[in-house]
Amino acid sequence: MQETIIKRAKELLADGTVNRVIGWKRGEFVYDITPAVFETAEEIDAEFVFDDFTQANVSKYLIKESRKEGKILAFLKPCDTYSFNQLVKEHRINRENVYVIGIPGGPKLDIEKIKAKGITGILDVKNENYTLKIKTLYGEETMPFYEAISGKCADCKSKKHVVYDELIGEDGDVLESNRFDMVEKLENMTAQERYDFWRGELSKCIRCNACRNVCPACTCENCVFDNPSSGVSNKAAADSFEENMFHIIRAFHVAGRCTDCGECSRVCPQNIPLHLLNRKFIKDINSLYGEYQAGADTTSKAPLNDYNTDDCEPSIVHERGVE
Amino acid sequence: MLKISADKLNDLFDAISAKQTLYIPVDREAGSAEYKKYESGMEMSRGLNTVRSAKDFFFPQTENLADFKMNGKNIEVIDIREESEDFVIFGVRACDARSFTILDKVFLAEPVDSYYKNRRDHGTVVTMACTRPAETCFCTTFGIDPTAPEGDAAVFSDGENYFFKANNEKGQAFIDSISDMLQDGDTEKLEKIQENTREIMKKLPLANLSTDSFGGERLMEHFSSEKWAELSESCLGCGTCTFVCPTCQCYDIRDFDTGNGIKRFRCWDSCMYSDFTKMAHGNSRNSQLERFRQRFMHKLVYFPANNNGEFGCVGCGRCLSKCPISMNIVKVMKALEVK
Repeated sequence: MQETIIKRAKELLADGTVNRVIGWKRGEFVYDITPAVFETAEEIDAEFVFDDFTQANVSKYLIKESRKEGKILAFLKPCDTYSFNQLVKEHRINRENVYVIGIPGGPKLDIEKIKAKGITGILDVKNENYTLKIKTLYGEETMPFYEAISGKCADCKSKKHVVYDELIGEDGDVLESNRFDMVEKLENMTAQERYDFWRGELSKCIRCNACRNVCPACTCENCVFDNPSSGVSNKAAADSFEENMFHIIRAFHVAGRCTDCGECSRVCPQNIPLHLLNRKFIKDINSLYGEYQAGADTTSKAPLNDYNTDDCEPSIVHERGVE
Repeated sequence: MLKISADKLNDLFDAISAKQTLYIPVDREAGSAEYKKYESGMEMSRGLNTVRSAKDFFFPQTENLADFKMNGKNIEVIDIREESEDFVIFGVRACDARSFTILDKVFLAEPVDSYYKNRRDHGTVVTMACTRPAETCFCTTFGIDPTAPEGDAAVFSDGENYFFKANNEKGQAFIDSISDMLQDGDTEKLEKIQENTREIMKKLPLANLSTDSFGGERLMEHFSSEKWAELSESCLGCGTCTFVCPTCQCYDIRDFDTGNGIKRFRCWDSCMYSDFTKMAHGNSRNSQLERFRQRFMHKLVYFPANNNGEFGCVGCGRCLSKCPISMNIVKVMKALEVK
């Protein structure tokens, strides 16, 4: 797949369709991939990579990139196309300046899942018939491919590309996903159990803002939490509940716009399952306003931005909150 | 060397914690450990390192500095400093131990930071020699020997026993306080393990990373490098690298209005943040490129310029594991290498 992608990127650069390509660049190890913009065929040949570790969603970078001179080629996995479409819908990406090629998605590997098995000194990871052969400083290890896949891929919602100019490989379908299972589990807990779960998770937060900064739905020019004149910039928490508030407020802010791309949980250095907050909103929106998938199209009205006379009454919140 | 057998380790922890507060690294979920206050029965993590560094013990993420109470036109300034309790941090790795030397140069230089010094004076750092370095380790680049860690006292494992060695008076006092639980042991197996670890260090992927291209005298050369644009292009501007870093030391001081007074606190700051060093006139570094450059220039050029050539990095590898876009000091050093 990498060869096909590289070949096509060089063709589109050569014929002038685009003047830049956004993709992924290899790192020091087999797994430390960095999103990167390439301007020449030589750069692409030297550093472009597309493999089991190229997880990062590059859609958010296109806000900035699509405002530059000329057209940029973006390779988008199915989940990335939802983020891209949502940003087009919000007029954040200049669609005309991006040439989108849909490429196959995951499942991608999460190196942390491999390290969690106690495997260290990792020098190489090869997928041989869905068994990972891992070369380490301490000898060779193996583990099943599917035990090392990233959380966002394990709960994959769709193999369909919702936007593209051309496609490499075949398009897939929206999947019957089990992504709301954990949300349901949380809903079925008692209020106290749920509170304890979230306090336990959110108290790990170090307020590095990685979740917010990677989030394709968080595109404010200046976040209220970064603005010292806002009065709520809270660089430090006045009490331990503030970390919780930050995440809950953020989940509210992206509700109805979050496509469930899973980047927030992927980047969290403390492994907080932040995506579950967003999924709770998605699940509630689906049940209260009808099925809705943010980013699936660029024209439909978003349920929380749209008023209909048959919308549920605010009292529903109270009713649903009763134990 | 004095030792205790591995199956008695928790007895030792019980004895230490009976006298003073003890912190040990504990597995939180598979693969990530954190320091926790020891409670009987807690098991020490067998992992290499904690997600957050040990700097929190001396330089916490937030702390209150002073209170101000308003009484009409009078403002009462309340000194809230209290003498810290004695505590022991057990299991600190060689990289984190060296980070304290770096932080000391900042916080113990005149004017001495009394908040930091208070905790430093009361804390005993007991380090743990490494036997299974990770691919992300590069402490030897900064002259650190992970088989012979610094700290007040060092502990070495041969798989069956833990051996104790004092590095200074505080460490000796610590060992004396537990000596009734220790016995003399043969270090032959331990020496083999140390030798083996030193061999592994030579084979690490980053073993040949060199600091030769960096230092205080290289200021303009690196500051003006054209490479920063490419290195910083994907930076998200989050604070992960700075917050997991054992040597990042920048902080902000803010006032919190309690309604009838002020709580003045400080908290970690990150040069990656858009409001870092924001002043009345605005911000001195307006682009992510400038903010990104600041972090690495600080560690590789400014810090050695002000501290007799000592670099502001200990090669713990946390930023390599945790940066959401996998950009880190190693990639920067390789890109800026002067050939």
